[in-house]
Amino acid sequence: MVYNNSENLVLEDGSNIAVIGGGPAGSFFSYFALEFSERFGLEINVDIIEAKDFNCIGPSGCNHCGGIVSESLIQALSAEGIVLPSNVIHRGIESYTLHLEQGTTVIETPVHEQRIASMFRGSGPRGSTGDDELSFDNYLLDLCREKGANIISGRVIEAENNNDGVILKTKEGTEKKYDLVVGAVGLNLKALQLFKNLSPSFKPPQTTKTHICEFHLGEKIIDEYFGDSMHVFLLDLPNIKFGALIPKGQYVTMVLLGSDINKQIVSAFLNAKPVRDCFPAHMDIESIMPCQCYPTINVQGAKSAFGDRMILIGDSASSKLFKNGIGAAYITAKAAAKTAIFEGVSENDFRKHYQPACSDLDRDNMVGKFIFTVTTIIQKSPLLKKGLLSMVIKEQTKANHKRLMSSMLWDTFTGSAPYTDILKRTLNPMFSINFFGHTLKRIFNGSNNK
Amino acid sequence: MKNKKLGRLYNDGEIVIKQGEQGDCLYVIQDGKVEIIDESGEKEIRLAELGETEFFGEMGLFEKDVRSCTVRALGDAKIMTIDKRNFYKTIQKDPTLAYRLLEKMSNRLRDTNKKLRNQ
Ligand SMILES: Cc1cc2nc3c(=O)[nH]c(=O)nc-3n(C[C@H](O)[C@H](O)[C@H](O)COP(=O)(O)OP(=O)(O)OC[C@H]3O[C@@H](n4cnc5c(N)ncnc54)[C@H](O)[C@@H]3O)c2cc1C
Repeated sequence: MVYNNSENLVLEDGSNIAVIGGGPAGSFFSYFALEFSERFGLEINVDIIEAKDFNCIGPSGCNHCGGIVSESLIQALSAEGIVLPSNVIHRGIESYTLHLEQGTTVIETPVHEQRIASMFRGSGPRGSTGDDELSFDNYLLDLCREKGANIISGRVIEAENNNDGVILKTKEGTEKKYDLVVGAVGLNLKALQLFKNLSPSFKPPQTTKTHICEFHLGEKIIDEYFGDSMHVFLLDLPNIKFGALIPKGQYVTMVLLGSDINKQIVSAFLNAKPVRDCFPAHMDIESIMPCQCYPTINVQGAKSAFGDRMILIGDSASSKLFKNGIGAAYITAKAAAKTAIFEGVSENDFRKHYQPACSDLDRDNMVGKFIFTVTTIIQKSPLLKKGLLSMVIKEQTKANHKRLMSSMLWDTFTGSAPYTDILKRTLNPMFSINFFGHTLKRIFNGSNNK
Repeated sequence: MKNKKLGRLYNDGEIVIKQGEQGDCLYVIQDGKVEIIDESGEKEIRLAELGETEFFGEMGLFEKDVRSCTVRALGDAKIMTIDKRNFYKTIQKDPTLAYRLLEKMSNRLRDTNKKLRNQ
């Protein structure tokens, strides 16, 4: 480690970096740090320390998530030369099916090509055979290994500032000093506390409870009932901001996001008619649920997620509200890697060059919160939902019709566009005129029907 | 086994981009191969063959001119488009995304120089 002035610490040949956590954020950081250092002519060592074994089937090898890789991330990775292999992709998603109590409609991909992948973070739910299918997190770790990272299986239990580095100790009994420690520990409270000890000004992200479960339906039934479509629900149910059924190989993953999702809320969702109607009639769906969990999700970014020689990335820092968390992990991880390699690893370097990436996400999430508040109002109003449905159906059936509502919903569901862009589009007067026009038509039709 | 690769499927011989037509997106091969063909003379000349992870159509991102070559699927191929606006928006925030593009364009220039020297 070289001090190039009183407060700036820079990496030099032979510097050691520890990345705690081998989820998407940890892998993206390691991949890009090694890529940039190679281009820059700098020789660094990267150790990725990961507590889980993603080869394990079931919860112990899984980083609990819906498993959608967004359109924007797929495109960015393709431009980086990273093309997801066939055995990581469990299905290519080409449409979204929107379910309301008032009816159902399909929103097709605007470009008629599959740009969204569904995958498993681990090696599949409890009881799955794994076959030749690969975990997404393992695939990313393999890319890092190929770039030269050392993957160490272990759990970091202690981190301590030392004059010219940070000493990490693992549960397995190893101890090593690093020039930079990267926290990619997700929302693991104990691990986040390690970073609070290193930098007391760090405030961990705020979270809420969500729900994920898997249904083992087999490929044939999934093809017939779900196809290559992700099914999303805007139902008038308490606490749920977003519910989805995501088809994958032999399984369908159910994801419920909102606030403090619990058993009663899950049960209400499962018994809602639009949800039941997605499955074969009379199927006892609760008997084909090998895995379920209530993981937390980042709903408000961390504060001061960096210090001298330490930085937090991915869910441990800032994410995208309810959507595309892996895409947000890519953004923060890459911003951190650029700063560490090209600028330096002091608190000031991270504040100047890394913090803006987190602030962008945090600002956009404020707009996202507003969008979800409006969505909740729509969710509770049968009339507005009829207007929305009627507008989408018209847009989807008429060729060359401007797809104002469809593209807004597409981007909200896929998480590909920033919430700010989505809001800007809804401010287009044509959007409101159309939406209220369709809603008024429903009022008129409704009173005629009476 | 079902090909689960992303992108759009082009069958063997199907044209992905046609020389002389307007175009403004970049293509990344997700699976399979394509051939790059020059159709400006009487006989078509095969300029190159590209495979998985490689891209083409990059000139359309930077120039307003028409496509300079035809690209055809060589066997079945899955290809993903990256639209110009998205690409520019992303590069605006993260210029490092262009590294690979620049590297490949530089490689292609080197290959062309080599070919010219050997003529
Ligand atoms: C219900 C739900 C559904 C979601 N669906 C999607 C989706 O469809 N698409 C999407 O893009 N995002 C989704 N997300 C968000 C996504 O899961 C996260 O944003 C993403 O996983 C963040 O990646 P990460 O690497 O920061 O953290 P994680 O994926 O949580 O990885 C952290 C890693 O650190 C390891 N670790 C923790 N502590 C230690 C320690 N002390 N020592 C060693 N290792 C340690 C853990 O084992 C883990 O592997 C969803 C989230 C939830 C809750």
